[in-house]
Amino acid sequence: MKILKKQKEKFQLKIPSKTDNLELIRTMIAHIAKTVGFDEDDVNKIELAVDEACANVIKHAYYKDTKDSIDLIVEIDYKKLTVIITDQGIGFDVKNILNRDIKNYLAQMKVGGLGIHLMKALMDEVEFKSKPGIKTEVKMVKYFVKDGKVENRVEK
Amino acid sequence: MDSFEVTKREQGNINILNIKGYLDAHTAPQLEEEIQKLVDDGKYHILVNFSELAYISSAGLGVFMGFIENIRNNNGDIKLSNMNPKIYRVFDLLGFPELYDIVENEQDAIDKFNN
Repeated sequence: MKILKKQKEKFQLKIPSKTDNLELIRTMIAHIAKTVGFDEDDVNKIELAVDEACANVIKHAYYKDTKDSIDLIVEIDYKKLTVIITDQGIGFDVKNILNRDIKNYLAQMKVGGLGIHLMKALMDEVEFKSKPGIKTEVKMVKYFVKDGKVENRVEK
Repeated sequence: MDSFEVTKREQGNINILNIKGYLDAHTAPQLEEEIQKLVDDGKYHILVNFSELAYISSAGLGVFMGFIENIRNNNGDIKLSNMNPKIYRVFDLLGFPELYDIVENEQDAIDKFNN
């Protein structure tokens, strides 16, 4: 069965912002990615990118484990998987984060800041929107690609 | 949930840490604690064997970054061995191979420490 162009599947998870939930988040996203037809390599990439995004929320947005939640939305359409991760934490300066030179960063042996670099390397599109104290949203996209071309998803 | 384990061994003056399972933002403090104990005891020749590690996120890599400067300033090193391709890719994407000694197996790391 092919997914029709206007057809979308949507999964939603609201989860307490605690590091011990990262395993559950990874299990869920890996299961979805595998089920919709990504190969093992892409499943691993999506799993790690989502882990990094959620770990950033837990560590930075809310500073530590709290009663606050992470909202995770996964949308599948005929050509891509989109993950949207939202928090109501402190937010950040998007430009500052995106312009970091990872080599200088590493050479200075600074801890942290690696997650966003990984997310950008692992996913096809990564977008941040931050209104500090109100809402920060990270949107990441992975296309169904075969032999370098985006291909329409075929249900297995 | 025991999703991550560290076991320690000594070979001569080299301290070997075997890490097993899932190393993420939740479990990274366990590894940090073990390396901190070695550093506190003045043990600066550390080899981390990744053969049983199934998963790593940047929080795991951050642990090594947190110690490497101090350890190298004390004439030691953290060498990393036995990574499977999935684990190595994460290190590679972040440019670690240029800054850290990542070797095939324990013996290579031991030889490098001894030379």
